[in-house]
Amino acid sequence: MNSADLQLNLHPVLPELLMVAATAAVMILDMFNRKGRTPTKAALPWVALVGVLVTAAASIWLIGQPVSSFQGMAINDTRAQALNLVVLAGAALTILLSIRYIPNVNRQTGEYYALILLVSAGMMAMGSATDLMALFLALETFSLGLYILAGLNRTDLRSNEAAMKYFLLGAFASAFFVYGAAYIYGATGSTRFDLIANALFDGKADPSLLAIGVTLLIAGFGFKVSLVPFHMWTPDVYQGSPTPVTAFMSVGTKAAAFAAFYRLFAFALPSEQATWGPVLGALAILTMTLGNLAALRQSSLKRLLAYSSIAHAGYILVGLATATSAGIDGALFYLISYAFMNMGAFAVIILLERQGEMDALGNRLNGLAQRHPQVAMLMSIFMFSLAGVPPFAGFFGKFFVFAAAVSGGYSWLAAVAMLNSAIGAYYYLRIVVNMYFAEPTEETRIEPQQASIPLAFALGISAVFTVALGVLPSLWTNLVQSGALNLVAMR
Amino acid sequence: MVPINYYLILSAIIFTIGAVGVLSRRNALIIIMCVEMMLNSVNLTLIAFAGQWNNLAGQIFVFMVMAVAAAEVAVGLAILIAHFHLSKSTNIDDVNLMKW
Repeated sequence: MNSADLQLNLHPVLPELLMVAATAAVMILDMFNRKGRTPTKAALPWVALVGVLVTAAASIWLIGQPVSSFQGMAINDTRAQALNLVVLAGAALTILLSIRYIPNVNRQTGEYYALILLVSAGMMAMGSATDLMALFLALETFSLGLYILAGLNRTDLRSNEAAMKYFLLGAFASAFFVYGAAYIYGATGSTRFDLIANALFDGKADPSLLAIGVTLLIAGFGFKVSLVPFHMWTPDVYQGSPTPVTAFMSVGTKAAAFAAFYRLFAFALPSEQATWGPVLGALAILTMTLGNLAALRQSSLKRLLAYSSIAHAGYILVGLATATSAGIDGALFYLISYAFMNMGAFAVIILLERQGEMDALGNRLNGLAQRHPQVAMLMSIFMFSLAGVPPFAGFFGKFFVFAAAVSGGYSWLAAVAMLNSAIGAYYYLRIVVNMYFAEPTEETRIEPQQASIPLAFALGISAVFTVALGVLPSLWTNLVQSGALNLVAMR
Repeated sequence: MVPINYYLILSAIIFTIGAVGVLSRRNALIIIMCVEMMLNSVNLTLIAFAGQWNNLAGQIFVFMVMAVAAAEVAVGLAILIAHFHLSKSTNIDDVNLMKW
């Protein structure tokens, strides 16, 4: 340990600290709401939103100041800040979607916004953790919050069921994760990623203990990102949870767990890349294929997006499997574009939901273009982007990731991924075709009580960024790569 | 001194019992207890490795796991109670509204 280790540099955790402060502010403000008097209730989401925006500003300010702190437990580099921005974009849009929605689901809105902020802090900590302990704590911070959020609607059996399934399987997966972490510690004698990497380079690690540990860790992570053998919970939890929570889950958990995947494999296990690269590639193929095939036959829109989110996890994993700088940056671009297009699609689903239910069937989109041409147009943008049609953001996400796979020697992976995009295009474009060419039924209508100005705002922001990142991908790549030049290769 | 393999085998056995319990038991309360058992076997593993490497990281990790396990039980029991209020059952075979 040298003297630099002992300096307390708060930069790596500054965004997380700001989010926790915002959480505290929301909770304190919520205390003044008791006994029917609700003077501050309407202000809660806006306080939360300001917290998110301040944190985003801090994240952008921190770009280009790479530093490691807390004895190597946390790092602030460009990729950590890029991940923070993905999570914060998801959180901000979720708050906008929730303003009208959540009071109908659960009257404790203060706790809801506090949990959204706290969960975001946990997700952001995943991206800056460079130690197994910090990683485990971050993972549990956001998982425990999400279990509660999934069951937010306590009077709805489906929401309860979602929380129950998510909790039981999540706790089970966490046990595997931490057992894997214990074995990696046993193999190398450290929980810090850089010391683990050193032990591996020096050949001091026990290979069989390490293999057990990494296998268990992949199983634990695989659950969080819903990779295919571990994906069973995803459609049920996504369908049962309140829709803004589902939207947040699909964007945030994916970003956080992929950041942690990247940290672990690139920082702690770079010497074993020949082994884990093909394993991740195989998982990516399974995940994309099963996700897309299952999405083909879904009638519920939330379930369809759940399976499609499994497929997207597969595409992002392609970028990680290549283990090149281009692959990681491609995956990050994919995550930010996925955040906007997916949030937008969920906002449209909210518009189609009836009072007292938390789901919408796909046939409600039939002929939507005749009744609500603006909404149909926005939904088409999101669907084209999810399908990967140029000039939208989703196209460049796929392009960067697949190009990195080809140049990284994973042409077979890129080929399977492209075939899968074609399958995916079928069910996304079917929605667009139904909106424009099917006859409207009495089911085709937008619920006025769901439509609100914040929701329209969220739809607009999502659409603008989906188009802007597609037309000008350099908006994002310049921002998150400006500070990366001094970091060699993957690190 | 007891060789480390003994600890590892014991904790692997406890972990397996817990995992099999999660998969085979139908009462959600018992499942939560089985998960706790898995986490405790992890603690045993960590302590054994900490002794072997003669550093404290493993022992500190145990405290983290214990704190998280406590938080997990709190959330899990709350979810269980909320579900029980509606369905009057702790049997997870009754948690079957959504499939495929």
